[in-house]
Amino acid sequence: MTSAPPLERRFGPYGGRYVPETLIPALDELEAAWADARADPEFVARLDQLLRDYVGRPTPLYHAQRLSGLVGGAVWLKREDLTHTGSHKINNAIGQALLAKRMGKPRVIAETGAGQHGVAAATACALLGLDCVVYMGTEDMRRQEPNVQRMRLLGAEVRGVDAGARTLKEAVSAAIRDWVANVESTHYVIGSCVGPAPYPSLVRDLQRRIGDEAREQLLTQAGRLPDRAIACVGGGSNAIGTFIPFVDDAGVELIGVEAAGEGLSTRRHSAPLTTGARGVLHGALTGVLQDEEGQILEAHSISAGLDYPGVGPEHAWLRDSGRVRYEAVEDGAALEAFHRVAQLEGILPALESSHAIAWLIANPSDGLSLVTLSGRGDKDLAEVLALG
Amino acid sequence: MSIASAFADNGKRAALMPYLMGGYPSIEESIAAGLAAVDAGADLLELGIPFSDPLADGPVIHAAGTEALAAGATPHGVLGVCERLAVRVPVVLMVYANIVLTAGAGAFALRAAAAGASGLIVPDLPHDEADEVRAACDAEGLALVPLVAPTTTPERIAAIGADARGFVYTVSLTGTTGERAELPEGLAETVERVRGSTDVPVAVGFGISTPAQARAVAHVADGVIVGSRIVRAAGEGGADAVGSVVRELAGALRD
Repeated sequence: MTSAPPLERRFGPYGGRYVPETLIPALDELEAAWADARADPEFVARLDQLLRDYVGRPTPLYHAQRLSGLVGGAVWLKREDLTHTGSHKINNAIGQALLAKRMGKPRVIAETGAGQHGVAAATACALLGLDCVVYMGTEDMRRQEPNVQRMRLLGAEVRGVDAGARTLKEAVSAAIRDWVANVESTHYVIGSCVGPAPYPSLVRDLQRRIGDEAREQLLTQAGRLPDRAIACVGGGSNAIGTFIPFVDDAGVELIGVEAAGEGLSTRRHSAPLTTGARGVLHGALTGVLQDEEGQILEAHSISAGLDYPGVGPEHAWLRDSGRVRYEAVEDGAALEAFHRVAQLEGILPALESSHAIAWLIANPSDGLSLVTLSGRGDKDLAEVLALG
Repeated sequence: MSIASAFADNGKRAALMPYLMGGYPSIEESIAAGLAAVDAGADLLELGIPFSDPLADGPVIHAAGTEALAAGATPHGVLGVCERLAVRVPVVLMVYANIVLTAGAGAFALRAAAAGASGLIVPDLPHDEADEVRAACDAEGLALVPLVAPTTTPERIAAIGADARGFVYTVSLTGTTGERAELPEGLAETVERVRGSTDVPVAVGFGISTPAQARAVAHVADGVIVGSRIVRAAGEGGADAVGSVVRELAGALRD
């Protein structure tokens, strides 16, 4: 991995390890194991090989000409939708499953919302011969039935979570409780750059491949760096992976797009960076949707993968430092972008990625825009067709 | 009465500390349950402030917290419960970090002290993150009670014990709160190690529900914390049921 940054426990004031004492030794162990693994040429070579031969990396960088015509400037799409399993989640899942194996942990747990990370984790565990349990809210299981079946076919056990709104937030909590109980045997493969340290750094390191590849591909294919790099932000892993390699390129504007749901003036959105307070959720101090007393609020988005009241702590810091601009796009605009990309480019983007495209369409520019297409939209067909 | 005297002078093999969820099933009923527990022999009370995302809690306490929130319980309301109970026995608040940090550590400590609390237990604030809250508690005469887990290394136990206030809450098992059939092996060893690291008493919680378990824990520890069993009683039979469970536990610690 090129010029890996240190494994931070804090990003400015954000991050930390707000978890039960039981987990602290496991987080220490994970931190040491990752620092060691990412510096080990043998581990890096094995990961590189799997990402190339199994996942299909590097993913293409595609000059979307008709979309470019629409916005009046060159649009290049980083095609994470073309990975095995169809989203960027596999980059992290394969890396963490390899790490679990290296740490001698035979059992892996994961949480999932839309099911993309659950499928990626189940896939990586099948590949590497690890036991896999995926926690999923029962409401999400209902909405994402095909991904539930997919995980089961891959040999994972899917455990329904009935608490709260029965969606992603509760699935993360259930996974953390399982980890507290089974910490000796189990590695928790968290799906985004959230959670207690070292997870935000670990997931960033594994996802920065998106931006590293895109940067190199742009220099080769377009002969220049982009004017803007745009990615959607739920927990924020495809965005952090896209942004990090460009952070020192002062001429590249970085834009993270959150889900404004039914509108930022309603409480039905998933935009903690744009509107939210600072709070502790799932082990990290970060941007959080919460009430004035610190109770976490339910998020809302048309896109299950963005439907989360927290966000990676590094994003909160990139916002405060001014390096990344965070904007929010409503459900309707994301849905419209989905249709636009389908008809202009012959690509069904994930509803998550459709938020990034929607922002691009609403903010045309004659410069060069890089947009990360974090996943494919096949999983969203039922939702999209139901909404017309 | 102070935490120290509740541990030192209780006429039992170990201090008995039932846990109650504030505002469950209602504010008034949680006050009644707390008073019943005191009448039945509780030496201290641990009073939970409900939180939307309680990572350290098992199903019984999680569900009680969810129900309390749905019934309108707030941190302010639970401090009202504390006020009523703290005139009888020392009350230690069990509260998640986000509730404390959102109010501000200093402001929260001030309010807790004004409500008569003797200390705070913050289950998702491990030693490395605790300096600010501990300083705020110290300033208000509140004890920030730390937790030690079976996975805690000897080096960490030494550091945690040295900074402990009130007592050390030793988690008996790797897992969340909840009733278990057996006490874990190695508990006595962990408690001994904790005792060697600190000047304050050592209490044990998580997984303790029966009088026999309480007595077994009292052989090794200075205090016994019983949570899910009490919360279950509060849900099933209210203050009367809480009183009779606490009476049995207290009896077992006196024999």
